[in-house]
Amino acid sequence: MGDHHHGPAKGITRWLFTTNHKDIGTMYLWFSFAMFILGGTFAMIIRAELFQPGMQLVEPGFFNQMTTLHGLVMVFGAIMPSFVGLANWLIPMMIGAPDMALPRMNNWSFWILPPGFLMLASTLFMEGGAPAFGWTFYAPLSTTYAAPSVTFFIFAIHVLGASSIMGSINIIATVMNMRAPGMTYMKMPLFVWTWLITAFLLVAVMPVLAGAVTMMLMDIHFGTSFFSAAGGGDPVLFQHIFWFFGHPEVYIIILPAFGVVSQIIPAFSRKPLFGYASMVYATASIAFLSFIVWAHHMYTVGMPVAGELFFMYATMLIAVPTGVKVFNWITTMWRGALSFETPMLFCIGFLVLFTIGGFTGLMLSIAPVDFQYHDTYFVVAHFHYVMVAGAVFSMTAAVYYWLPKWSGRMYNETMGKVHFWISFIGFNITFFPQHFVGLAGMPRRIPDYALQFADFNMMSSIGAFIYGASQILFLYNVLATIIAGKKVTDEKVWDGAEGLEWTVPTPAPYHTFEVPPKLDPAHAHG
Amino acid sequence: MSVVKRISNALAAVAVLPAVALGDNQVNMSPGVTSIGAEIYDLHMLIMIICVVIGIGVFGVMFYSIIYHRKSRGVVPSQFHESTKVEVAWTVVPFLILIGMAVPATSTLLEVYDNDDAELDILITGYQWKWKYEYLDENGENVSFFSNLATPQEEIYNTDQKGEHYLLEVDEPLVIPVNTKVRFLVTANDVIHSWWVPEIAVKRDAIPGFINETWTKVPEEGIYRGQCTELCGAYHGFMPVVVHAVSREEFDAWMGSKRADKAAQVAASAVDLSLDELMTRGESVYNSQCLACHGAQGEGGVGKAIAGSAIALGDVGAHLDVGIKGVAGTAMQAYGSQLSDVDMAAVITYQRNAFGNNTGDVIQPSDVVNHKQG
Repeated sequence: MGDHHHGPAKGITRWLFTTNHKDIGTMYLWFSFAMFILGGTFAMIIRAELFQPGMQLVEPGFFNQMTTLHGLVMVFGAIMPSFVGLANWLIPMMIGAPDMALPRMNNWSFWILPPGFLMLASTLFMEGGAPAFGWTFYAPLSTTYAAPSVTFFIFAIHVLGASSIMGSINIIATVMNMRAPGMTYMKMPLFVWTWLITAFLLVAVMPVLAGAVTMMLMDIHFGTSFFSAAGGGDPVLFQHIFWFFGHPEVYIIILPAFGVVSQIIPAFSRKPLFGYASMVYATASIAFLSFIVWAHHMYTVGMPVAGELFFMYATMLIAVPTGVKVFNWITTMWRGALSFETPMLFCIGFLVLFTIGGFTGLMLSIAPVDFQYHDTYFVVAHFHYVMVAGAVFSMTAAVYYWLPKWSGRMYNETMGKVHFWISFIGFNITFFPQHFVGLAGMPRRIPDYALQFADFNMMSSIGAFIYGASQILFLYNVLATIIAGKKVTDEKVWDGAEGLEWTVPTPAPYHTFEVPPKLDPAHAHG
Repeated sequence: MSVVKRISNALAAVAVLPAVALGDNQVNMSPGVTSIGAEIYDLHMLIMIICVVIGIGVFGVMFYSIIYHRKSRGVVPSQFHESTKVEVAWTVVPFLILIGMAVPATSTLLEVYDNDDAELDILITGYQWKWKYEYLDENGENVSFFSNLATPQEEIYNTDQKGEHYLLEVDEPLVIPVNTKVRFLVTANDVIHSWWVPEIAVKRDAIPGFINETWTKVPEEGIYRGQCTELCGAYHGFMPVVVHAVSREEFDAWMGSKRADKAAQVAASAVDLSLDELMTRGESVYNSQCLACHGAQGEGGVGKAIAGSAIALGDVGAHLDVGIKGVAGTAMQAYGSQLSDVDMAAVITYQRNAFGNNTGDVIQPSDVVNHKQG
């Protein structure tokens, strides 16, 4: 040990050529935050236009570009890479491995992301504008009727997909091969479990998405008719393929969030996670069900009634394992010794709001009722409760929870709590009224609306500006922590934290677990 | 009201949320007027109430824990972390609740899918960005027309006061008789649209190349408004649906006048009009049909510029071709079936003489008829 171990290289090459999981994790996290700000800016433009009825700031076509890019950037640029960043930082440290199994591929899977998004963002400056067909890009609006920039969009999706697939293969290889001796599968921290299952989902469905966009490319440039009835194809085929990817995709986003929450709630409850094994089985059940429910996004396309019934029953079933998870988290808190530091606040916010999103999800699963909900703001409210209050809140909790371990410095707790409350209130002012306008009949993806929706839309916009502004506070708090936060040196930053990552020094050195750790049998899983 | 005033009002509404804001705003689904709508509403309420009850239970336990099991109260955390019995219970009980939901949901769904025994068939075709309604007739005497947004651009761009039915008004509504089972055959001409009227609980996607079926039976006379609910391009937010449900007698009379209009249109295409007449009529056709894509001054936008364009200044036959047959693979539709021959003649004349295109060409309805016949 010692001299022959080099630290990070100096200058830009450290980041360009790095194969270190911590460096790559850091780059993923900063990149995803940058995308979060970009996607958030698009959201602010949307909410500013919707502040009042009538067209004020943008043209309808540009509005559609904003909704499209907002969705794409948030899903593929902000949420997914942020959890990959978290996985990079934490999985090796949680399973006692020195690094990821495939470090060079790790570098590559990160570094193709920025060019991919540059290509996507560049479409804004092309003739005909950026993609304007929604993040779900239904054909033929996205093929025959799309602006020429759609070709760049297709290649951007290919690049992001390749990055995701490589990242997932890396995670699977790492978890399967590099666990410390004695770290059996059923002793892995739940975050590692949820990511292992997520990685399998990604490997299964990302190629399906690649297939969908390739078929689009063929239809646009090479005279095929996959999605055109005039040539013997079927526009609905596109939706089946897209949602065969798209439904697992939403669990790809939320399962790692479940993992984070399952680490943090026990830590601040000072009590082991309740029902560890059932959590693993529930996660696996959700992953399995995610493959057989896709057409619940398509209840109104005119499927045969037998198909509607199958997808309705299968979708309703998801409530069971999801319910198990919520019950387990709450039972974990029960008779614990709770304290409410910022990560815990964001997890409790997650619990409450994600559960509400789960309830509206159950409502949406009922096919005949969905005829009224489908493609309205009720759906927009539903998926922002699970995507923002689910994924983004848990990601925020994760940053506050592990930042001291990463940086060796403690964030400002008061500012963290203020960030939580502003986020929580801003989020609810934004999205709760959207349930109302949706039920009252406001379709989604419209740049202008009838007068009866005006009050709630204005409220929604104000909430969005509040929520957006609170992220500046977050950025400030994180930067202030890294630059000048109070130094922490305890290995266990939080008294209730469990797991191998809390056994290495603080801040975590550049290389950890070069020698596999000895597992303490008393602390089976973190 | 000034923007500042509106903002301060909205802030006030946020502050005293929800009492003020909820007062005069619709916050829930409407049961609508049809039996299916009422069933859907009941299902919606049933499931929402079950969710609320479960939510109160779950959050109640959580908040009890948050209040009484705090570290600051000096509690010692217990260390229990497993119970197979409890896990089985909260797997089985929700499953049984779900079965309770699935039973009524299934029966409602089967009713929605019962398209048999309709007394009237209407073919609904979605276009970018309007609806075409065609009443199918056993003798082939179909009646059809287009239904366009009637809200003026001035209201949309805030230079004029917005009317009561802003964005939810059309030039020609769909008219259906009450207490009659009407079957809708839904399709589209270009991209996917979705035809939705919340008050009669009908939403069905309009898919190019395929025909979907759905139905309604409206018991009450009235005007029911809805919108396209599938993103269909730039003006997706501007293609409302308006349904007039009228008595059987009124419907028959309306149908009679529609048939008479059709005959009159055929007669009108034989009559020649003056340049002025054509220009006046052409301007109004242009504003309702072409302006959204080609711009108020023919400057272009989604579509190509008309001012100074090679087509508008070139061969009349080629210009008519574009208008009548559209341009394949673009948003330029075939207007031959959408506009009457008179309107087609007027708008082509207008395009060739407005925006500085002073060709002096006059196209008569009979020219359009001849052109269509080749």
